[in-house]
Amino acid sequence: MSTVAGHYSYWMTIVLIVAGMYILIARGNLMKKLLGLAVLQSSVYLLYIAPAKLLGGTAPIVAQGYTVYSNPLPHVLILTAIVVGVATLALGLAMVVRIREAYGSIEEDEILARDRADDDRAPDGAR
Amino acid sequence: MLEHVPALQVALPLVAAPLIVLVRSRRFAWLATTVVSYLCLLFSIQLAWRVAASGPVSYAIGSWPPPWGIEYRVDALSAFVLVAVSLTASFVAPYAQRSIAVEVARDRQYLMYAMYCLSLAGLLGIVITGDAFNLFVFLEISSLASYVLVALGQRRQALMAAYQYMLMGTVGATFYVIGVGLLYLMTGTLNLVDMAERLRAVEDARPVLVALAFITVGMGLKLALFPLHHWLPNAYAYAPSMATAFLAATGTKVSVYVLLRYYFTVFDPVPLFSHLPTEEVFVALSVAAMIVASFIAVFEKDVKRLFAWSSVAQIGYITLGIGVDNQSSLTGSIVHLLNHGVTKGAIFLLLGGVALRAGLAALPLRSLAGLGRRMPLTAFGLVIAGLSLVGVPGTAGFITKWYLVLGALERGWWWLVAAIVGSSLIAVAYVWRVVEAMYLHPGDAGAPHRREAPPAMLAAAGAMVLLCVYFGFETGFSVGGAADAAAFLLRGLR
Amino acid sequence: MMLAACVLIPAAVAALIAACHRRPNLREAVSLAGAALLFFTVLSFSQAVLEGARPRLLLGEMLPGLALVLELEPLGLLFALIASGLWFVSAVYSIGYMRGNHEANQTRFYVCFAAAIASAIGVALAGNLLTLYLFYEALTLVTWPLVTHHGDAEARRGGRTYLALLLATSLLFFLPAMAATWWIAGTLEFEPGGILQGKVSGTAAALLLALYAFGIGKAALMPIHRWLPAAMVAPTPVSALLHAVAVVKAGVFSIVKVVVYVFGADFGREAFAWLPWVAGFTILAASVVALRADNLKRRLAYSTVSQLSYVVLAAAILTPLSLAAAALHIVAHALGKITLFFAAGAVYTAAHKTEVSQLDGVGRRMPWTFAAFGIGALSMIGLPPAAGFVSKWVLVSGALEAGHWLALGVVVASTLLNAGYFLPIVYRAFFREASGEEHGEAPLPMVLALVATAVLTVLMFFFADLPLAFARKMLG
Repeated sequence: MSTVAGHYSYWMTIVLIVAGMYILIARGNLMKKLLGLAVLQSSVYLLYIAPAKLLGGTAPIVAQGYTVYSNPLPHVLILTAIVVGVATLALGLAMVVRIREAYGSIEEDEILARDRADDDRAPDGAR
Repeated sequence: MLEHVPALQVALPLVAAPLIVLVRSRRFAWLATTVVSYLCLLFSIQLAWRVAASGPVSYAIGSWPPPWGIEYRVDALSAFVLVAVSLTASFVAPYAQRSIAVEVARDRQYLMYAMYCLSLAGLLGIVITGDAFNLFVFLEISSLASYVLVALGQRRQALMAAYQYMLMGTVGATFYVIGVGLLYLMTGTLNLVDMAERLRAVEDARPVLVALAFITVGMGLKLALFPLHHWLPNAYAYAPSMATAFLAATGTKVSVYVLLRYYFTVFDPVPLFSHLPTEEVFVALSVAAMIVASFIAVFEKDVKRLFAWSSVAQIGYITLGIGVDNQSSLTGSIVHLLNHGVTKGAIFLLLGGVALRAGLAALPLRSLAGLGRRMPLTAFGLVIAGLSLVGVPGTAGFITKWYLVLGALERGWWWLVAAIVGSSLIAVAYVWRVVEAMYLHPGDAGAPHRREAPPAMLAAAGAMVLLCVYFGFETGFSVGGAADAAAFLLRGLR
Repeated sequence: MMLAACVLIPAAVAALIAACHRRPNLREAVSLAGAALLFFTVLSFSQAVLEGARPRLLLGEMLPGLALVLELEPLGLLFALIASGLWFVSAVYSIGYMRGNHEANQTRFYVCFAAAIASAIGVALAGNLLTLYLFYEALTLVTWPLVTHHGDAEARRGGRTYLALLLATSLLFFLPAMAATWWIAGTLEFEPGGILQGKVSGTAAALLLALYAFGIGKAALMPIHRWLPAAMVAPTPVSALLHAVAVVKAGVFSIVKVVVYVFGADFGREAFAWLPWVAGFTILAASVVALRADNLKRRLAYSTVSQLSYVVLAAAILTPLSLAAAALHIVAHALGKITLFFAAGAVYTAAHKTEVSQLDGVGRRMPWTFAAFGIGALSMIGLPPAAGFVSKWVLVSGALEAGHWLALGVVVASTLLNAGYFLPIVYRAFFREASGEEHGEAPLPMVLALVATAVLTVLMFFFADLPLAFARKMLG
C-alpha cells in the first residue's frame, strides 16, 4: 500500500508519460498530437518537482530554527523546461497553421493522401 | 580574452541570431553567418590545440565554480567534435548565399540565416557543456532551430516533414530529460564529471538503469538510430539544400557525442558493457541499420532521399563502433563523425547546385541524366564522394571501414567483418545507380549546355570533396584526434 | 625520386591528353612520347635491380603504422617493363583502331588509358599491401569508363558485371584478408620470406590464402572469372592492353606477390594444397568453354582465364622453379595474348568480322595479321619458337621437381585443348576459301603494332635468359 500512496507522484508521472505518448501516436489530428506532446512534457515537470519538496522541509529561504529546506533547483530547471515546452508548442502550432494553409486539412491521413496524389501527378515538383 | 574562448564559442552564434533578426538585411545576415562560422572554426581549433597540449580545459560560466555552477568542459572528444561541426559550418555558410536566394522566399531569407546561427550555437553548446541540464537546453535550441530550417523547404511536404521531425525530436529530448531527472534524483548533481564520481557510489541500480534506458532511447531518436530513424529521410529530402547539408553533417553526429559522453564518462563503461547487453543491442541495431537502410537506398527514386537513407546506414557504422567497444572500433566510430560529415556534406552541397541549375525542387534520379556532360565537375565530385561512402581506399570512408573491420577482427567476430564489407557492397549498388544516371544516360535532347553551379557553391562543395580525399590520405588530425578521444573514453575516470 | 616518376609520368600524360582535347595529332603524340619516356624510366632501374638493389620511396603515412610505399623488386620491374613497353605499342595500335573505326570520345579513351597504366605501374611498384590495394582499386575504377566506352545497353551491362564482380571480390575478400594480415602479422610490408611465417598455419592459413586468391578478382580464378568475358564489350585496344596485359596481370602479379612476399616461399605446403585444384579446374574448364565459343574475342577471353591460372598454379606449387615459371608466364602470356587481341581487332577493323566461323580465307587477305596470330597461338599452346614454350618448360620442370602429378596432367591436357581451339583458326584463315567482300590488311599502325609484339614473342624465346634472371632474383 505504501508503494502506491507514498509514490503517487511517480505513478502520476508514469500515467502522464503513457497518456501523452498514446495521444501522440494514436491520434491523427495534428493539433491533438501537439496536445499529446504537451501532456508528455508535463510529466517531466512532475518528475522533477515532486521530489523537490522534502518531508518537513520549509521554503528555501535561510531562517532561524530550520534545518531542512526544500530543494529549489528542480523548480529552476522546470521553469526552463516549461519555457522550452512553450517554445515547442508555439512552433508546433505555427506549423499546423501553415500546414492547414498548404493542405486545407490537419488530419494526418488526408495530408498523406494528398501527398501521394501529388507524387503521382508531378514527381518533379518543378518550381 | 583567450581564456573566454569556450564561452565565446557558443555566445557568438547565439548573439548573431537575434542580431540578424533585428537588422533584417539579407546581405548582413549572410555576412554575419559566414563571419561567425569562421570565427567558431578558429575557436574550436584553438581549443583542440590547448586540449592536445595540456589536457581538458574547464571554464566556469559566470565564475560560479563547478559542480554548483555550470561548467564548460573541453576534452579530447569534445574538441574533436567541435572542430568537425565548425568545419562543416564554415563550408556551408559561404555556400548558403546563392542557395538560399533561390530556394527560400525573399522575405524569409534572413530568418533562415538566424535559424542557422541558432542551430550552430545549440550544437556547439551541446558539445562544450559539462552540465546535464544545460545540455538539454542546448539540445532543444538546436533542435527547434533545425525544425524551422527543415520547414522552410520549398515544397509543402517540407512542412509535414518538419512537423514529424519536431514530434519525434521533442519526444527524444523529453526522454533525455526524464533520464537526467532520474540521475539527478540519485546523485544530487547535474555536473557530468561530478555525476560520474557519485554514480560509482550509488547502491540501488534500478533508477540508474532506467535513466540509462531513457537517455539511450531519447538520444537514439535524435541520432536516427534504427528503428527510430523514421523522421530522417523526409526531413533531409524536403529541407532546403544548405539545411540538409548542414544537418546531415552535424545534427546526428552531435547526438552520438552525447551518447558517447554518457556511456563512457558518466556511466562506468566496464559494468555497462559487461553486465548489460549493451554490446549486443548496439551491434544488432547497427547491423540492421547498415544493411536494411543501404538496401532501401538502392531502390529509392529520389536522389536526396536515397542519400538520406544512406545517412541512416552510415550512422549505423558509427554506433557499431560503440557496440564493439575496443580502441580500434571506437576510433573508427569517432573518426566517422568527421569523415561522414565531410562526405555527406559534400554530396548534399553538390546536389544543391544540381537542383539550382535544373530549376527543380525535388531531384528524381532521372533529373541526373546526362549530368556528366552538363556539369562535369559536379558529377565527378559526386563520384568521389560516392566512393567515400563505399569506402574505396584513398577516401575518408576507407579509413573508417579499416578501423571498424580491425575492431571486429580483434573481437574475433568474423561475421561482423562480413556484415561491414557486405553493406559496403550494397552501398556500391546505390552509388552505382547515381553514377550510371549521370554518365550513361543521355540527358534531354533540348538540355541546356554545360553550366556548372555558381562559383561560390561549387567552390564550397569542391572543397568538401577535396577534404574527402584529403582525410583519406592525411589522417594525422582525423585519426590522431579520434584515437586520442577513444583512448580517453576507454580510460574512463581512472 | 625517379621511382615516383614511374607513376607520375602516366598520370601527367593523362592530364596532358585531356588538355589536348581539340588537337588529335598532338594528343596522340603526347601518348606516344609519354609511353616511351615511361618505358625508358622503368628500364633505367633494371641494372640496379638485377644486382640486388631494391629502390624504395616512402610516400607518406596514411594510417598510424601504415604507410604508402613504393618499392621496386625484380617481379615488379618485370611487370612494369611489359606494362610500359606494351603501352607504347598499344598506343600505336590504338591510333589505327580508334581512327579506323571512327570511334567517339577518343580523348576520354586515351586519358583513361594513361590513368590505367599509372595504376598498373602503381601496383607493380607497391611496397606493401596497402599501397597495392590502393592502386588495385584505382585500376578497377579507372578502367570502367574504358569498358563501357561505347555507351550502349550492351556496354552498360558488361560494365555492370565488370565493376560488380571486381568491387565485390575486393571488398568482401581482399579487404578482410588485408585487415586480418595486419592483425596477425602487425605489418603489411612485403618481405622476402614472407611476414606470416610461424604466425598462422593450418586451416586458418588456407582460409587466408583463399580470401586473397578469390579477393584478387583480377586473376580470374573461377568462379570470379565472369568479368573478363563481360569486359570484351570494350574496344579491342582495351581488351588487348588491359585485359591481356595490365589488368589481368595486375591480378596474377598480386597473387604471386602475396605468395612470395606475404606468405613466403618456405610457407607450409598444406595451406596451399587446395589451390592447384581450383587453378587446374579453371585452366581446363575455361579451355573447354573457349573450344565452344564462336566469338573470337570471347574465345580469347576464356583463353586468358585459362592462361592466368597457369600463373596461379605455378605459384601454388611453391617451389623456386615454379615460382620462376609464374613470373615468366606473366611476361610470356602478355606478349602472346596482346598479339592475338591485336589481330582480332585488325580483323574487325579491316573485314568487320567477329566470329571464328567467318574467318575462312581471311588469312590470305591479311597475311601479316594472321602470321602474327599464328605466332601468338604457338605461344599459347607452348610450342617453340614462341615465348610460351619457355614458361611452360620451366613450369613443367617445377612440377616435376615437386612431384606434382596433378599439375603435370593439367598442363598436358590444356596444351592439347589450346591446340584444339587455336590451330583450327589458323587453318581456316589460310587454307579455306575466302567469302564476302574484298578487303585488305588493317591500317598500318595496327599492323606495325601486332608485328612488333609477334616479334617480341619470338625474341623472348631466343633471349629467355633475361626474364629468367629477373624471375630468379625475385627469390633473393
